[in-house]
Amino acid sequence: MSLGTFLIMRHELLLIAAALSVLIAEIFWDPDKKKGISLFSIILFGVITIIGFIPSPSGSLFGGMYISSGTTLLMKNILNIGVLLVFIQSVTWLKKEENSEKISEYFLLLISTLVGMNFMISAGHFLIFYIGIELATIPIAALAAYDRYKNKSAEAGIKLILSSALSSGILLYGLSMIYGTTGTLYFSEVAKLFGNNNLQILGFIFFFAGMAFKISIVPFHLWTADVYEGSPVNITSYLSVISKGAAVFILIIILFTVFPVIIATWQKTIYVTSVLTMTIGNLFAIRQQNLKRFLAFSSISQAGYILLGLIGGNQLGMASVIYYILVYIFSNLGAFGVVTAISNATGKENIDDYNGLYQTNPKLSLIMTLALFSLAGIPPVAGFFGKFFLFTAAAQKGYYLLVLIAVLNTIISLFYYLLVVKAMFINKSENPVEKFRSDFPTRFALGICIAGIVVTGFASIIFEAIRNLSFGV
Amino acid sequence: MNSGIPIQYFLILATIMFFAGVYGFLTRRNLITILMSVELILNSVNINFLAFNRYLYPHKLEGMFFSLFIIAVAASEAAVAIAIIINIYRRFTTINVEDVNELKF
Repeated sequence: MSLGTFLIMRHELLLIAAALSVLIAEIFWDPDKKKGISLFSIILFGVITIIGFIPSPSGSLFGGMYISSGTTLLMKNILNIGVLLVFIQSVTWLKKEENSEKISEYFLLLISTLVGMNFMISAGHFLIFYIGIELATIPIAALAAYDRYKNKSAEAGIKLILSSALSSGILLYGLSMIYGTTGTLYFSEVAKLFGNNNLQILGFIFFFAGMAFKISIVPFHLWTADVYEGSPVNITSYLSVISKGAAVFILIIILFTVFPVIIATWQKTIYVTSVLTMTIGNLFAIRQQNLKRFLAFSSISQAGYILLGLIGGNQLGMASVIYYILVYIFSNLGAFGVVTAISNATGKENIDDYNGLYQTNPKLSLIMTLALFSLAGIPPVAGFFGKFFLFTAAAQKGYYLLVLIAVLNTIISLFYYLLVVKAMFINKSENPVEKFRSDFPTRFALGICIAGIVVTGFASIIFEAIRNLSFGV
Repeated sequence: MNSGIPIQYFLILATIMFFAGVYGFLTRRNLITILMSVELILNSVNINFLAFNRYLYPHKLEGMFFSLFIIAVAASEAAVAIAIIINIYRRFTTINVEDVNELKF
């Protein structure tokens, strides 16, 4: 084993180096020009994102505790793209006076959560998985409480840290049962020793409940809306896209590689939770007035659709889940980008405030419309293809009733997405959001989101590439 | 096994601790007490791991290591949670969850 072997974990090493250089830059940077740290961190992270695409050998390290394969590299690259977009979107917000002291903290904490997610995705042992999942949640709680002088932000922070602590406690209790019955925590060995033992199934249920907290699946979704509303908008977009995406990735890897023996059990679990998640997420989204709460419930229902891809345990299912997350990153970050831009310029976050937005800011309204259409799954945009593949994957295994329920839910979701579109285009307002021109980073990020929504939908090569790297049970 | 106490006793203790923790988490109204309930849950997991390791798989130390890591991570979790609780106390001048309720449906 030479030093070169460690290049297998290139993604993590680079991110740790980036986090440390941001920390060092904070110490030596000229105190009057602290705003330059944003540019420095974004360029650093952009370089890492590009390096991530260089093909890398797959293999395992630390006696099989860390596994790197084509699939994990793909997942990490998708997450990198999403985080880069979040970084670019947050520049305007970080320029504000109240944040000038804490710019480097923002980048340091977000990069460390990303390190956690990467370790979690590459885990080959439950210990690495557990450390990764904690590293991915603890810093994000500190970030949810980032606006120190706002009551709501502090409240969101405590709600996030306490519910994630409870969820990891439940998850660990399940893991302890799995350890007790199999005597090992390596993914490969647990998979071999797993049977239909009752205690093992109970352990799996606890484990699944813990993961359901992280992905905010009903009935474990109650923290989501509050945390999303209270956190700063950029943190909310990070939580709803990156954290959720990473948790879905690791859930699908663990279900397919560690628990293939009890596939009949987890299919039933996913069936019930998926129906509940879609329906309850959609019904609650209808009555929301605050756009962040609205997008929170919309992201809960999106998690329900994603579960449809998991249920079959087939290769197409895994490919469609990864593809859907990619599309979801672009569309949700597009929607959040518009919310961020308007919130930064005017401080308004309610749907009523968007009345007549098309008259004053036509470009932003069009981007929002496209992003919402993609979330709803209207044909020409990528969201349609994403949903189409998810539903196909479930239908391939004969879950016709479930697909029917999902399609009905899509219609409900169309209703509330169109409510926002109606507010922007049709509703009249006495004092609409005044005309403003957003600065370069915001426009750049929104441009990438729009390009992503269109390109990922039409370039079939992307789906084919993802499909070749996926695997079934 | 030379120890006189059967493994069931440890497992029952851990189960009681776990559900006491969940109950405390749901019913207590003070943020610090809620945090203590979470610690109770994590410690019950530790007891489970250690008992399984000692009695069933004494030749490997995986359970021992896992519980060491749980202790370390729980400490860092508590550190962040307490920092946020201090901030809440400054904002709301209370740490009673019923008064920290600006966000609701």
